[in-house]
Amino acid sequence: MSMLTTRSSSVRTPTTSDQTADPVVRVEGLRKSYGSKLAVDGVSFTVDRGEILGILGPNGAGKTTTVESLAGLRTSDEGTVSVLGLDPSQDPAPLREVLGVQLQESRLPAKLRVVEALRLYASFYADPRDPEELIDLLDLREKRDTAYENLSGGQKQRLSIALALVGNPQLAILDELTTGLDPQARRETWDLIEAVRDSGVTILLVTHFMDEAARLCDRVLVIDQGRVVAEGTPAELARAGRAGITFRLQLADPIDATMLTELPSVDSVREVGGVLEISGGRTVLPDVIIALHSRGLVPEDVQTITPSLEDAFVELVGRPSEEEAA
Amino acid sequence: MTAETLTATRSRTGTRGLATLVRSETTLFLRDRGNVFFVVVFPTVLLVGMGFAIPGMRDPITDLPEPWLGLRAVDLFAPLMLCVTAATAGLTTVPAYLASYRETGVLRRMSTTPMRPQGVLAAQAVVQLVGVAVGGALALAVARLVFGTPMPANPALAVLVLVLAVAAMFGFGVLIGGLAPKAATASGLGMLIYFPMLFLAGLWTPGPLMPDVVERIATYSPLGAAAQAMNDAWFGSGLPWVQLFVMVAWAVLLFTVAARTFRWEV
Repeated sequence: MSMLTTRSSSVRTPTTSDQTADPVVRVEGLRKSYGSKLAVDGVSFTVDRGEILGILGPNGAGKTTTVESLAGLRTSDEGTVSVLGLDPSQDPAPLREVLGVQLQESRLPAKLRVVEALRLYASFYADPRDPEELIDLLDLREKRDTAYENLSGGQKQRLSIALALVGNPQLAILDELTTGLDPQARRETWDLIEAVRDSGVTILLVTHFMDEAARLCDRVLVIDQGRVVAEGTPAELARAGRAGITFRLQLADPIDATMLTELPSVDSVREVGGVLEISGGRTVLPDVIIALHSRGLVPEDVQTITPSLEDAFVELVGRPSEEEAA
Repeated sequence: MTAETLTATRSRTGTRGLATLVRSETTLFLRDRGNVFFVVVFPTVLLVGMGFAIPGMRDPITDLPEPWLGLRAVDLFAPLMLCVTAATAGLTTVPAYLASYRETGVLRRMSTTPMRPQGVLAAQAVVQLVGVAVGGALALAVARLVFGTPMPANPALAVLVLVLAVAAMFGFGVLIGGLAPKAATASGLGMLIYFPMLFLAGLWTPGPLMPDVVERIATYSPLGAAAQAMNDAWFGSGLPWVQLFVMVAWAVLLFTVAARTFRWEV
């Protein structure tokens, strides 16, 4: 914990933005245990420049430990971590100059005002952003001179994001960005994150909200029990979560379901509140419609069900994400 | 530790923004009226209050031996107030600040920036030390102007004793503040030490008025030693080697333990 770097070697500089080919983050075989408890068990992934990568997973899955290793807050037991060409455990000082981190459950002194917090944090960096510009960007103009303790949850969160951005980072790590925010504030925060990404900042987002990941992330990584259990775009994961096709069918009169289950492409038929929910293979929808039509039946309503990231998550992790939301 | 590409740019990481941080911590200290009152004003209020409210405080004490002959009780309180100032900052505001910054993640948040969390400790130390200096100076000025209390016979010794008293008291503060899980717990623990310290310093029985047995015990407590040494600085009776050594020993002991046990996070 010494304030000065005492190693004889000079400090390495972070990768500059013209080296677009290299990923911003490269993690290989990351492993970390606390005592006998294995928190991260061989996690590997990359984050490309300019993308928003989401790390999903239930509480205790190892998400926070993983991002803390990237930020140089924890030392891993095994594996290699490279952030902007630097090893966070060896060269934390130059890394902190180009990394913006928003931590879960980190507060500011109660009586520190918005503009003071931004000016204070700006003073730590060589080339900071203008605090007034961030105040406008994060819609904090009216709260500029308000003490931290008098801000609402959404305003505190926006200030926290502003502090993560004030150093003009190349990579921003945002941990549980919208936890505790109302729906309106969440949507506004999402718009903001997209704007930040469009300004050239690579973003690593830790979340347990599926809608947030589906809306914001270019790619997601699902971590469970310290391992990566799935990786891909939100749409890819959603499709993978449910192999076949599901649709709902409403008929004027009830029918004998065996008539449908006999069809080779139908896997299951169940009745949900007067509506039949049918799942099956690729041709299940035309097969069912034709079978009904041959008996002179025409459905009153047909609704296909788009697989969601939430479904994929339940399939991968074995429980819904909202359990963790409490 | 072999790096392929090495450059000679050593950044000023860790100290950049320290001046802004000190200003920020000063502003926060001043916004907390409780801090300002206890560290800066309280010793003076205590002195004036006791000087006027307690009968006989301003009459010469008749049965005192030589160095103290002819002094009034209120005169004995003036040097004591410097020790009270050191103890108030070290045992009330320092542990509360530290524990609250750990509890709320202020230090953790800062550790992700180029500023090191040690910078907050340094800035706090500066602010608290200035608070102690102003509080002590105010108490002495009022003692002089209102009661005509004598100033120290040996000012250099008085300054040395104040520095050592602050070191020992802040040692307690950093130890408690670095360990307590909550700010409220830290404040409670600080108070638990604060009042016995004031008792041993002689707040109820100043200087030569302290019973012999208590005085002998007090010599080995950090604030008791400080009060006795401060009396020597004020009324001139040689160098209090034992008391100086006791304070140094406490300061070294407390900071050594604090450095080993300090946790940045709760």
